[in-house]
Amino acid sequence: MSRVAAALRGFGAFWWDFVVGDDWLLAAGVVLALAATAALSRTDLPSWWLLPVAVAGLLGASLWRAVRLDPDRRLGARPDL
Amino acid sequence: MTRDLLMALAVFAACVVESVEALTIVLAAGMTRGWSGTWRGVAAGMVTLLVIVAVFGPALTALPIDVLRLLVGGVLLIFGLGWLRKAILRASGFVGLHDEAAIYDRERAAAGRVDASAGGWLGDPYAFTLSFKGVLLEGLEVVFIVLTFGANQDDIPLAALAALVAVLLVAGIGVAVRTPLARVPENTLKFAVGVLLTSFGMFWAVEGAGGDWPGSDGALPALIAATLAGALAAVAWLRRICNHEVKAYASAAELP
Repeated sequence: MSRVAAALRGFGAFWWDFVVGDDWLLAAGVVLALAATAALSRTDLPSWWLLPVAVAGLLGASLWRAVRLDPDRRLGARPDL
Repeated sequence: MTRDLLMALAVFAACVVESVEALTIVLAAGMTRGWSGTWRGVAAGMVTLLVIVAVFGPALTALPIDVLRLLVGGVLLIFGLGWLRKAILRASGFVGLHDEAAIYDRERAAAGRVDASAGGWLGDPYAFTLSFKGVLLEGLEVVFIVLTFGANQDDIPLAALAALVAVLLVAGIGVAVRTPLARVPENTLKFAVGVLLTSFGMFWAVEGAGGDWPGSDGALPALIAATLAGALAAVAWLRRICNHEVKAYASAAELP
């Protein structure tokens, strides 16, 4: 049973890593932005602009977190130092 | 027509990148462990990928187009943003560049440390497993891109053709030179593919969510240009931070 659970966990972890990647907050933000776009599309207001604006903000925030949170790994990526 | 061309270009570039990575692993396995188990691993990987396409291809095209565009566009956007994020971090110097020659050396060294053992019809089991995993894992990204682009554009044959040309091109060059294709500008290609996946993902997801792009199909090239400009601006911004930190690190190291 534990072998089956481990296999299922591994399968799920593979697909999570495959689609979501390194930053789950980025993926969660995209899902929320899509829901907001769908909600805005049901009104008379234009909705096309919302997703690009959200993506720009989400990507910027994700990059900022990546370069701010782990300075040791960051410097380690530059062996020419 | 423009959408078809951009779709074929995106699939071709993505498949070149993934094929180069798979080729590196296959060459490392074949040159170190022999080709019998390696070829069998490649064949098993290809058959598994074909089964995945045969199962999921028709299932995807059976979905209503709006649902398909919302779901697949959303997943493609998340997937593409992951590529773009990594490509920006690499281009700005915060993460080391992808180096096929170094990966090839590492895989060869690891393969050389394992004792050869008989694996029956598999040939050398280590070579089989290494090449099977390389083809399957890199190929899954190809399959994902072909199916999502092809289904959304309602032209899976064109997407599959672009992928096939890329795979055959890389495999042909790989067989001819028998070394990893370190000269392919892989990091630049990954950056371009990240921009295209993100742009197509946004375009389809907004359409699937019920939104209308101003200018209809004409919005797609503008979206790609805007995404590229934003990504390049992000690289310039992070490079400035990176250079500032390198200078601070160097001056701190000079202190007694």
